[in-house]
Amino acid sequence: MPSPGTERDGKIFRHRLSTRLWHWINAVAVIVLLMSGLTISNAHPRLYWGHYGANFDAAWLTLPRFPGWATIPTGYNLALAREWHFAFAWVFAFGLLFFMPRAVMNGHFRRDIALGVKEVAPSHLWEDVKRHLHLNFETPGGGYNPLQKITYSLVLFVLLPLLILTGLTLSPGMNAVLPWLIDLFGGRQSARSIHFICAGGMALFIAVHLVLVVLAGPINEVRSMITGWFRISGERS
Amino acid sequence: MILTRRNLLLTAGAGLVTGCDKLGQNPTFREVLKLGEKGNFAIQRSLQQRSALAPEFDRTQISPIFRVNGTHVPAGEAYAQHTAEKFVNWRLRVEGLVARPFSVSPAQLQQMPNRTQITRHDCVEGWSAIGEWTGAPLKLLLDAAGLKPQARYLVFHCADRMGTGEMYYESIDLIDALHPQTILAWALNGQVLSVGHGAPVRLRVERQLGYKQAKYVERIEAVADLSTVRGDKGGYWEDGSGYQWYAGI
Repeated sequence: MPSPGTERDGKIFRHRLSTRLWHWINAVAVIVLLMSGLTISNAHPRLYWGHYGANFDAAWLTLPRFPGWATIPTGYNLALAREWHFAFAWVFAFGLLFFMPRAVMNGHFRRDIALGVKEVAPSHLWEDVKRHLHLNFETPGGGYNPLQKITYSLVLFVLLPLLILTGLTLSPGMNAVLPWLIDLFGGRQSARSIHFICAGGMALFIAVHLVLVVLAGPINEVRSMITGWFRISGERS
Repeated sequence: MILTRRNLLLTAGAGLVTGCDKLGQNPTFREVLKLGEKGNFAIQRSLQQRSALAPEFDRTQISPIFRVNGTHVPAGEAYAQHTAEKFVNWRLRVEGLVARPFSVSPAQLQQMPNRTQITRHDCVEGWSAIGEWTGAPLKLLLDAAGLKPQARYLVFHCADRMGTGEMYYESIDLIDALHPQTILAWALNGQVLSVGHGAPVRLRVERQLGYKQAKYVERIEAVADLSTVRGDKGGYWEDGSGYQWYAGI
């Protein structure tokens, strides 16, 4: 097994097996969670702040009814959607439990995700924005560019943990075990709102991620997440 | 069909969605999915102290209007008569696997030691309402009746007939039945229970969702096994619509 950064025949080894495995397991889990979550949203498409919130209380957001092609299952079935949601919540949680410690220990976070001081300098970030606008995603050395690192950090260390914690806060059984979670988020209905906002953030991330994969050369990008090997240059030129 | 990238994506997308529907209808896959629910039940029961309390609130946090859900008025002559008589002839029976079956009137229930708790009611659909409930701890009634050692579950038989023609019912295990916040409530926000909220008596099981909070309770039956009761899943929504029996999440 080559170590990340190894170069051979114009290709660089980018992703270890554990990273690739987690990526695909997590992709399936997150998509099922999002789609079954939309069925759950359809059951009561109103969001509130605070501890309580029902039909007679003021909603800060009333969501549209999500269509069948976007939900699991296609037709409205809250009981079945909950089964999907809870089963894949376990896949999602165990995936993170496997990936997070490994990514710390094998240096994935430190080497690939952590931002250097130079990288976050405004001038450097501005250069990176301009490069993105010119659809140039190549980074010298084949690593991630600063905008990519910022995005991955937000997903890994903000969105995913918040989704888990707010999800647990929705459970009346867990409220009896970890009552401080309710205080942390300012009430069950606030946690429900934050859960939905973070899910929206994940949906946005997936959409942008897929667009950028297509723009940056889908074959090379997808191959690197399956075999680990990323072609440094050639495909786009 | 010409295989363009767009068509390919559409077909793949449609395949994913119908694939999930097919999987959801497959009994074996359904059993696999249900492992999630079983895992939730197991882990919550192992993390919870038996008497760990659901959060309680203060009076300033009570919902201005507590939404009535499920049955608004039970249909039928018998319940209408009870309402007209202010429930003086209503009896709540405790029976099944108990040493001393008995029944109480709402007035007797109200004279028992009671507990008042301001708790949050969470509907499976997602909304929440906070109210102040007063009622007799279920444990007191079970102690009076004397549970037999074989008794594992309490089944609550209700007086409201649902849209399908089935009478409402629910069930809980002994851990929830003996929990200090599990009460047979007869008042909400300092007023005797209204018909919409389950007059004259409803169950409160504060660590579970709204559909466990059976209204119009007439009969509490101690059983060894839920598979012998009604549709064998332990509740109206569990039997008819596949809702999870453990509603702690």
